[in-house]
Amino acid sequence: MNMKPFVIETGVAAALMRNNIDTDQITPGHTGMKVQKTGFGEGLFFNWRYLSGGGENPDFILNRPPFRETRFLLAGTNFGCGSSREFAVWALRDFGIRAVIAPSFGAIFASNCYMNGVAPIALPEDAVSLLAAEITPEAYTMTVDLSRQVILSPSSQEYSFHIPDLQRERLLEGLDAIDATRRREPQIAAFQAADALRRPWVYKVEGRMA
Amino acid sequence: MPRTFFEKIWDDHVVADLGDGAFLIHIDRHFLNEVSGAVSLKEIDNRGRTVRNPELTFGTVDHVLETVPGRGMTTRMPGGNDFLREFAQRIGPHGIRFFGLDDPRQGIVHVIAPELGAILPGMTFICGDSHTCTVGAVGAFAWGVGSSDSEHALVTQTAILTKPRTLRVNFTGTLAPGVHAKDMILALIAKYTADGGTGYAIEFAGEAVRSLPMDGRLTLCNMAVEFGGRTGMVAPDEITFAYLKDREFSPRGADWDAAVAYWRTLASDPDAIYDREYTLDCSTLEPQVTWGTSPEHSIAIGGTMPDPQAAADPIARDSRQRAANYVEIAPGDNVKGLPISGAFIGSCTNSRIDDLRAAAAILRGRKVADGVTAICVPGSTATKRQAEAEGLDRIFREAGFEWREAGCSLCMSGATGGESFPRDARVIASTNRNFEDRQGPHVRSHLASPVTVAASAIAGRIADARDLAAPEGN
Repeated sequence: MNMKPFVIETGVAAALMRNNIDTDQITPGHTGMKVQKTGFGEGLFFNWRYLSGGGENPDFILNRPPFRETRFLLAGTNFGCGSSREFAVWALRDFGIRAVIAPSFGAIFASNCYMNGVAPIALPEDAVSLLAAEITPEAYTMTVDLSRQVILSPSSQEYSFHIPDLQRERLLEGLDAIDATRRREPQIAAFQAADALRRPWVYKVEGRMA
Repeated sequence: MPRTFFEKIWDDHVVADLGDGAFLIHIDRHFLNEVSGAVSLKEIDNRGRTVRNPELTFGTVDHVLETVPGRGMTTRMPGGNDFLREFAQRIGPHGIRFFGLDDPRQGIVHVIAPELGAILPGMTFICGDSHTCTVGAVGAFAWGVGSSDSEHALVTQTAILTKPRTLRVNFTGTLAPGVHAKDMILALIAKYTADGGTGYAIEFAGEAVRSLPMDGRLTLCNMAVEFGGRTGMVAPDEITFAYLKDREFSPRGADWDAAVAYWRTLASDPDAIYDREYTLDCSTLEPQVTWGTSPEHSIAIGGTMPDPQAAADPIARDSRQRAANYVEIAPGDNVKGLPISGAFIGSCTNSRIDDLRAAAAILRGRKVADGVTAICVPGSTATKRQAEAEGLDRIFREAGFEWREAGCSLCMSGATGGESFPRDARVIASTNRNFEDRQGPHVRSHLASPVTVAASAIAGRIADARDLAAPEGN
């Protein structure tokens, strides 16, 4: 999957200030799991976005203008906890969300974000709360500058963040991780050759095939 | 410099330092399931890439597959048949070992991986499933990944990882009778919250862990991800070696001896320093049950529902209030005694032979209450056969439990439109996630140990197994 580069983006920010928003809520499994990596935007937050009888839930933030165009999502601690399903990141990305800003993230979710051009930005709890408090239906435009690692709030307050260099470079350039790692093949081969002498049982997988 | 158990495994797997805390880590073992595995293999095939080390890779079916008796390679889960078909078609040509529908080694990845001796102490292990951390119980560094990381490992046999910090959880004291590993981990998550372990490789240690058999250690490590951890692990010891000896993929002869000698070097050095330490006293621990929609919403079974408005932080307060509204329990209400219409024993948390034996000891000579749908899904085909050889299936069936084929089943399928409890049901489950809608639309799930689930199924309401009188004739 070639990722869309992320350098500096300006757009609508929405606050969904709940803790422990799990990947089951981000993409409920019943919204159409497909053996593919795109086309999941419709299922984003399905159980919250739509009423059980059908139709949009008018109270849900992403159903209200201007937040239908949300590019940055603010949330409570432990966003993306739960299942490892990458569908959760694909749904956010396909909806148009470029970054999620929260005090902490599920570890697997954060890794999945880096693989798909979505920035998981961790800020202290009070900073996330201050940002969230600024967002209103009248003031909602934020800028995320990944090259400088700063967020510009609707009132132009700056918040600094840090994303590890490797992941940041991948986001900035939209790089495919597999191609980059394959260039290290000699190192991988050398590691295995040395390791097979030290831990031979790791590489001798006996047992029956099928 | 003294090193922790985790740091020793980490150091032994670094292929390259990628800078700013990121490393390229060798993957010793990799399991695929039909959900994330189907996506990974399809992407590899579409791009004309090849699997670098198929011999280090395994596959099975657990997530989508039905668990009803007489099942085939089909499912009621919307879209699920595509995953089953594509996975089964694509895995073979890559030369990857595949434990399919009719293979006696089929089962939930995190149940079969240790059961087969496929994952050993000191190994790195990944799978496209969040509960992969379960297998850290054998002394491995095991963690869940998404489809893209899985694809990366298939092609390069490595993972890109930021080095986690280390956390040791000291479970002091010994468990009272009737208190189990599930109660330990639920109490820990309640005490330190669902992100108390975020950013850490978590080592479970202390007297209560050392005396746990392997099945209990697997339960403990299983829910490390529910605690936010990158992984959960237990340093290998004699219990580990005895458990792994002579399993299908365990080393044999001189390789076994060399492996054990290496495994004995893995425990933390005496002066090793952890980035953080937590302690939980097990001597006063009570059986736990959850009230809400996060595993951190856990209380002692005799306790009452806490007041969500008592939380100091406004976001935590709103989140807890939302959970209270979902489960329809008021502050001060007893959780014990709430009527249930479903009971489920299964999942990668609690579906192993020790779990089934403990539940059967409660069920023997008793009947499930009227109006309760009670279901047992052994974690693997091998576990199911072992239970049947011991006559446990008869005890479950005579009590009124359904006795199913191995798979993830109602732990997660309710969220995907597969096997599920009916809308609005209140159920008790030996699983790991009480999330909204996880076991069916608006289903309220209470997490507990298998004995608490069994006792509740009999009572028709959430019950403490220790309150049950000895059945007649026993």
